[in-house]
Amino acid sequence: MKKILYAFLLLLISGNVHAALNIFACEPEWAALTQQLAGDKASIYTATGALQDPHQVQARPSLIARARGAQLLVCTGAELEIGWMPVVLRESGNSAIQPGSSGYFEAAQYVTMLEVPTRLDRADGDVHAAGNPHIQTDARNFLPIADALSKRLIQLDPANTAYYQQQLAAFNQQWRAAIAKWEKQAAPLKGLSVIVQHRGFPYLNNWLGLKQVAELEPKPGMEPSAAYLGKVLNELQQHPAKMVLRAAYQDGRPSEWIAERAHVPAVIVPYTVGGTPQATDLFTMFDDTIQRLLAGLK
Amino acid sequence: MSRIFLYAAIAALLSHTLNAFAEDSPELQTLREQVQQLEQRINTPPAVASTSSEGAFNPAVALILSGTYGQLKHDPAIPATGFAMNPNNSGFSQGFALKESELSVSANIDPEFRGVGTFSLDPAGGISVENGFVQSSALGNGLNLKFGRFFSGLGYLNEQHAHAWDFVDQPLVYRVLWDNQNGEDGVQLKWLAPTDMFVELGGEIGRGRGFPGTDRQNHNGVGADVLFAHIGDDIGIEHSWRAGVSLHQTKRENAVSVAVPDLLNTAGGVSNSFSGDSQTTGLDFVWKYSHNGNTRESYIKFQGEYFRRKESGMLTYDTGSISAIPGATTDTYTNTQSGWYLQSVYQFRPTWRTGLRYDRLDPGTASMGSAIATKVIGNYGFNPSRLTWMADYNPSEFTRIRLQLAHDNSRQGLAENQLFVQYIMSLGAHGAHQF
Repeated sequence: MKKILYAFLLLLISGNVHAALNIFACEPEWAALTQQLAGDKASIYTATGALQDPHQVQARPSLIARARGAQLLVCTGAELEIGWMPVVLRESGNSAIQPGSSGYFEAAQYVTMLEVPTRLDRADGDVHAAGNPHIQTDARNFLPIADALSKRLIQLDPANTAYYQQQLAAFNQQWRAAIAKWEKQAAPLKGLSVIVQHRGFPYLNNWLGLKQVAELEPKPGMEPSAAYLGKVLNELQQHPAKMVLRAAYQDGRPSEWIAERAHVPAVIVPYTVGGTPQATDLFTMFDDTIQRLLAGLK
Repeated sequence: MSRIFLYAAIAALLSHTLNAFAEDSPELQTLREQVQQLEQRINTPPAVASTSSEGAFNPAVALILSGTYGQLKHDPAIPATGFAMNPNNSGFSQGFALKESELSVSANIDPEFRGVGTFSLDPAGGISVENGFVQSSALGNGLNLKFGRFFSGLGYLNEQHAHAWDFVDQPLVYRVLWDNQNGEDGVQLKWLAPTDMFVELGGEIGRGRGFPGTDRQNHNGVGADVLFAHIGDDIGIEHSWRAGVSLHQTKRENAVSVAVPDLLNTAGGVSNSFSGDSQTTGLDFVWKYSHNGNTRESYIKFQGEYFRRKESGMLTYDTGSISAIPGATTDTYTNTQSGWYLQSVYQFRPTWRTGLRYDRLDPGTASMGSAIATKVIGNYGFNPSRLTWMADYNPSEFTRIRLQLAHDNSRQGLAENQLFVQYIMSLGAHGAHQF
């Protein structure tokens, strides 16, 4: 009995032995960004997988346990995590990461939000009052977010200020070069008419100049019925599209259905780090996104 | 107003561009960029409504509307065999019925505290306070304090509100041992261990408001206490689980039960009164699986709970003196009741779920003093059970329409098939659900 007790105590203590900053990243893209900026100064836990719908994650015991020891929470915000984060925060018993404290970082606060609804009504489906939360599909958004996140890391861990600044400078330089490369590669996509499965691409459309002509969800977050898909197919005859886009985590059936009948390719984009085997970090995530869009064009 | 200025500015810039420059030049390029920037500013929607208004501090308000249609053969008020001295609130009725509407209001009170009020509006009239508590995690170190009126943290289902149940009603073991849900007026303190695995310990003290507590009046001190421990974790990204143990203790005082059948076959039963110690232990577990962890598309949930209650004290038989042998008789009474359920819910499409549940109860064999042993039934020789199937359709997160069929064999000689249709609609704030 005594041995078990000691083992238990040891287990409790061992949980605390981390020199590095404990970071709880809500989505893989923020884990990847934090990794770029904090290197080995942080120990990062990613709460959701690339193939999970980030709107509908459960407040699992493991998430609560990880939030308990976190010093910094890095999330999208804009109500993307509203279905589970409030429970995780409340149950964590961790006052350092509550909204408003320095341990709470919402990426959406640092970019210009698109599709901010002018009216809030559930009759419009799953709308987010702060605007569309899928900000990670525009590479340019990572610059202001990286800047703010780096400042936050410095605030929480001032001893490593120089390191964080150096990491940020390196990231900014590489990222700007990468954006220039991606924009050049994506030039043929400008003005391209696309259908999207979920209203999750306004930032990508805005960045690369894609023209969205239809959505497969009758209202955001609502499953399309066969009748609704038929209607979309009809409308496509007036406004033809070149491809149908969906995020890796989304069910392929509606896209495939339309793709087959409208004779256009169904393109899967990684949407976050890990969404496709090629998207291993932030750079390859955009490399792969653009490669897949270009491949759909052929 | 600012929009008009922007348009005017663009118009001016445009006309200027057209008039002054016939072909591309660096200045033209700059002006083009300026126009583009202005256009973008116009297209950018206005910032979120100002939060400085009084309305910004309004709490989150949610209203749950629910109703059922029940097709039953026998009166649901007839209790499960062997559980006439337990509560029997099935929560459903024959024909069409509006269920309790649940109005809930919650908000942060200040940086330290958060308040939650849940009011149950009875379709027959009247409002009851289901939950009214204040919560604080400002203590840090994994401590979570809650006080006021709350659902006890024992078991797995006890804390879940009716709109989150996977079936129309609670499992039989919850109905008879907890009056569906154990609510308490008191204080709860939980501590979450600083480990990667979820380890939570909790304790509660309260007045003993909810059954089996007897809602002590005119007493200082503690009427009921609860201890519980939960552990949980993930296995990969696809599996997650939680398991728990709980202990509930209370001292029951003059707990009166009416219409209790007796060995003398008194018509309509008799009234009994019990005073003594009640101790309940419980085990619970839940396991969820989802392909790729994507619970929106599909998941399987498997859960089960077991509760065992030992009561030991004095039982007064026939307080109303209506049996063939007049006059109340009191003697020692000890009994152990138990029950369990196993259920599984499978979401096979984003909007469709189906579930199966099996329930079973054991009324126990009572040992009694000789003064009541010839009158009170000590052994019913029957284990109530039930098999339930449900399917629900969820066109959105806020809507649920459910069909439920049950083969109920909880009352000896009154086995029946039950059919229910239920709707549950949530208006207002988007509440996050517990695991």
